[in-house]
Amino acid sequence: MLMRAGNAGDADSYRRLLLQLTPVLRAVARRGLARAGMADTDAEDVVQETLLAIHLKRQSWDEDAPIGPWVRAIARHKMIDALRRRGRRIDLPIDDFSEVLAGGDSEPSMLVADVDRHLECLPAGQRNVVRAVAVDGASTGEAAARLSMTNGAVRVALHRGLAALAAKFNMEET
Amino acid sequence: MKTSDLIRALAADSEVRAMPPGRALALALIPGVAIALGLHFAVLGLRPQLFALLGEPRLLLKLCLTFLLAALSGPLVLRLVRPGAGVRRAALMLAIVPALLAAADLAELLAVPAAEWGQRLVGTNAMFCLKTIPFLSAAPLVAALLALRQGAPEHPSLAGAAAGLFAGAIGAALYATHCPDDSPLFVAAWYTLAIGFVGAIGAVAGRRLLRW
Repeated sequence: MLMRAGNAGDADSYRRLLLQLTPVLRAVARRGLARAGMADTDAEDVVQETLLAIHLKRQSWDEDAPIGPWVRAIARHKMIDALRRRGRRIDLPIDDFSEVLAGGDSEPSMLVADVDRHLECLPAGQRNVVRAVAVDGASTGEAAARLSMTNGAVRVALHRGLAALAAKFNMEET
Repeated sequence: MKTSDLIRALAADSEVRAMPPGRALALALIPGVAIALGLHFAVLGLRPQLFALLGEPRLLLKLCLTFLLAALSGPLVLRLVRPGAGVRRAALMLAIVPALLAAADLAELLAVPAAEWGQRLVGTNAMFCLKTIPFLSAAPLVAALLALRQGAPEHPSLAGAAAGLFAGAIGAALYATHCPDDSPLFVAAWYTLAIGFVGAIGAVAGRRLLRW
């Protein structure tokens, strides 16, 4: 229901849907990383990458189909991507951390590296808009006023910036 | 950036949404097929007396099979770019085409004396068929792959291969209105090879173009 509203452009319902999905995605990411014997300090990166994919590919959801299998398939796809990428990095064995990482469902306070790192690589225009809306919590209208851009330009920059962020994850893979 | 921050940005971006892959594919096929048709009429043209020959069962079968392949592979392609959509039924439906072709081949072998089999198989212009079907499929393939970038295939090469099959079927359907070889033996050998080639190109291109 909420996804349909989101597809119809209802930002509030859409935001609520993404917030509801996040704990589920987080559990999936932690389990996936743990099963692969990798440190789940990266779980939040995987969650964010998955949310970006859900957002940018939401047109691929058939409105008559149940949303669960669609979300799961995207989460699985992004998990596999993440594991493939991390397979080439050096990871410490998970046993060393298991006591520290017994954390619950809440969002970890640790630094989330990937999105911030990719954000730095965006063109300044897109970076400023994404940062204003995401980190400072500005509406697109406020961001437009602050950056002296038109509303339309802010929307375009926001969309392109998010798409570019998702693409940066993919480019690391090659 | 915290995850809740990211979600705020995503929600603010909820107005801009790309086109669903089904509609994107349909729209992209308009220029794609138009270009293929234009090339068809500019370079090849219909075979003489095509319409007078339409009652001929072999010709009719050849046309029907290529159209059926296009009609059945289209839905399969769309399912392959929708995460979580089951593809088994669409893939099984697609098997109707080779099954029909095999049955037609059997009938042809029974109807035609063994001495003529070789000549029916090789036909009059097998090489031309092998070149022309990919040539006519190129524009539909490019159109389909670009449209499918709106989708999210779990297996990009597989989705690309299916798009190649789909485009190959469109090219083959057009070529079938020009080609003078109607024997199902000819179709099974050369059309299959040509469409398979387009499918392979689609797989390679899809691997790069359809990643997300």
